Amino acid sequence: MSGNPTLERIARGNALALCATGSWTARFAPMLERMVADAEKLGGTRPNIFIDASQVSKLDTFGAWLIERLRRSLTQGGVEGEIAGLSANYSSLVDEVRRVKAEPIVETDRVTITGMLEQIGRTVAGVGGTLIGLIDMLGAVLAAAAHVLIRPRGFRLTSTIHHLEQVCWRAVPIVVLITFLIGCIISQQGIFHFRKFGADIFVVDMLGVLVLREIGVLLVAIMVAGRSGSAYTAELGSMKMREEIDALRTMGFDPIEVLILPRMLALVLALPILAFLGAMAALYGGGLVAWLYGGVEPEAFLLRLRDAISIDHFVVGMIKAPVMAAVIGIVACVEGLSVQGSAESLGQHTTSSVVKGIFFVIVMDGLFAIFFASIGM
Amino acid sequence: MAGEISDAIIRVRDITVQFGKTRVLDGLNLDVKRGEILGFVGPSGAGKSVLTRTIIGLVPKIAGSIEVFGVDLDAASAAERRGVERRWGILFQQGALFSSLTVRQNIQFPVREYLKVSQRLLDEIMVAKLGMVGLRPEVADRYPSELSGGMIKRVALARALALDPELVFLDEPTSGLDPIGAGDFDELVRTLQRTLGLTVFMVTHDLDSLYTACDRIAVLGNGKIIAAGSIADMQASQHPWLRQYFHGKRARAVMG
Repeated sequence: MSGNPTLERIARGNALALCATGSWTARFAPMLERMVADAEKLGGTRPNIFIDASQVSKLDTFGAWLIERLRRSLTQGGVEGEIAGLSANYSSLVDEVRRVKAEPIVETDRVTITGMLEQIGRTVAGVGGTLIGLIDMLGAVLAAAAHVLIRPRGFRLTSTIHHLEQVCWRAVPIVVLITFLIGCIISQQGIFHFRKFGADIFVVDMLGVLVLREIGVLLVAIMVAGRSGSAYTAELGSMKMREEIDALRTMGFDPIEVLILPRMLALVLALPILAFLGAMAALYGGGLVAWLYGGVEPEAFLLRLRDAISIDHFVVGMIKAPVMAAVIGIVACVEGLSVQGSAESLGQHTTSSVVKGIFFVIVMDGLFAIFFASIGM
Repeated sequence: MAGEISDAIIRVRDITVQFGKTRVLDGLNLDVKRGEILGFVGPSGAGKSVLTRTIIGLVPKIAGSIEVFGVDLDAASAAERRGVERRWGILFQQGALFSSLTVRQNIQFPVREYLKVSQRLLDEIMVAKLGMVGLRPEVADRYPSELSGGMIKRVALARALALDPELVFLDEPTSGLDPIGAGDFDELVRTLQRTLGLTVFMVTHDLDSLYTACDRIAVLGNGKIIAAGSIADMQASQHPWLRQYFHGKRARAVMG
C-alpha cells in the first residue's frame, strides 16, 4: 500500500543518498514541496549527492517534477545530482518532465495606481470612440435600410415579425402592469399633497401631462432597454463568439441587413405601441386611485383631463418613442458586435448595453424637452 | 482504500436514458478495466456522448447503476463524489475551456482548488503539462479565444490531466487535429497510460486511434453494447455496421 512520502538522508561514505519512499503523488504535493525545499539546501554541502528513487511506491507528474527540481538545484549547487533506482515506467515519466524549462513566468498584470489612472484615461478617451461607433452603426443601418428600399425582396419580413413578437407582444403584460402601478402612485402622491391646498382636482393635470409627455415614454424606453436591448446584445454577442456572424459574411450576406435591420425595425415599431399602451395603463391606474382614494368621480376626471391635455402632449410623447427605440437598438447592436471571445466579455457588453442605452434615452429626453420648449409645443 | 479492489474501474449496469419519448440507452452494460484504453465507437447519434455524460453524472438516467472506482455514484455522499471527481479528468468535445481565464489559469484551476501548493509549483506543473501535450510555455498567457482548434484540444487535455487523474474520459480527442497531431495525441495517450497507469475511456471515430492506441473496443448500437473486444474481434465480426466500419474504404486505407 502506498503511504506518506518521505525523503531520508543516508550517508554512504563520502556520498549522501536522498532516499525517496512512499507515494510521490499530487495528493501529497504540499508535503513533498516542503521536503524538497529542505533538501535543496543541501546543495554544495557534499561533493556527491544522489537521489535514490527505488523505494518510491507511486509516482505521478507532481512527484516526478519535484524529484527533477531537486536534481536540478543540486546540480546547480555544484554536485553531481543523479537520480538512481527508477523503474522503467517511472523513468520515462521523469524524462518527460526533464524537458520542462523552469524559467519563472512573470504575470504581467499588476494593480498599481498608475495602472488605474491609465485605465481611467483610456476609458475617458474611449468615450469619443463610443460615439463614433454609434454614428457608424447608425449610418450602416440607414444604408442597409436604403438598400432594402431599393430592393424590397431583401427585406426580412419573417424575422421582423418574430422580433416584433419578442419585443412588443411579449412585453405588453409587464409594461402595462408597471405603468399602471406608476400611474396609481403618481395619483396617490399628487392627491395626498395637493389636498393640503384644496387642489385635489389638479392631480388630473399633473397626471395627464406627466404620463403623456414624459413618464409614459421614458419609463417604457427604460424597460425596453433592460428587456430587449440586453437580449439583442446577448444574441448578437454569442453569435459573434461562435463565428456565426463571420459565417454570414462569407456567404455573401450583410449581417447588418440580415440581423440588425429587422431588430431595429421591430424595436422602432414596438416602442410607440408600448408607450401608448403604457400611457393608457398609467392614466387608468391614476384615474382609479383618484376615484377610490381621492374621491374624484370618473366623469369629473375625464372632463378635467380633456381640459388639461391637448393633442400636443400626446404627439410629443409619440414623436420621442421611435427615436428612443433607435438609440436603444443602435447601442445594443454596437455592444453586441464588440463582444470578444470570452463569457466575461459577453457579460460586460450586455451590462454596458443596458447602462448606455438608459443613459442615452435620458439624454435624448432632455434634448427633446429643450427642443419642444423652444418650438412652443 | 475502502471497498474490494476490483478489476473494473467503471462498472455500468442496465442503464436506461430517455429524452422525451426517445430511448437513447436501453439497459446498457459496460465494464472498463483498470489500466486499459477503451475505444468507444458507434454511428453518429447512437448515444456515445450521452453514455459518457451519464457516467460522469451530467445526464440523468431512469434506471440502472454506475460504479466508478468501486463507488456507487447514486449512493455516494457528496464527499465521496468529490473524491471520485478528483480522480477523474474529462476532455469535452469542444474543449470547454473557461473562456475568461488564460491557458495558465485554466490548467491551474483544478490544482489550485484541490491542493495547497505554492504558486511556483503551480507554474512549473502547468509548464510540464503543457509540454506533455506538446505545447510551448509561451501560450500560457493566451485566452482560449486566441487559440486554434487543435491547441484548444491540447490545453483541454492538459487541464483534464492537471491533477494526474487515474481515469480520463476523452470525447473525440483527435477530431479537428491534423493527422500528425492526431498521431502524436494517440502516442501521448499511450505514454501517459504506461507511465501513470491511466485508464482511458475514449469516444472516437478515428480509425487510426482505434488501431494504434486502444486496447479494447466497444461498439454502441440501438442503445446497447453490440460488441466489445480487441480490434481483431471487431474485424472478424459479422455485424453489418461493424463490417462496414472496419472493412470500408477508410479502414482499408488505414490497414494499408
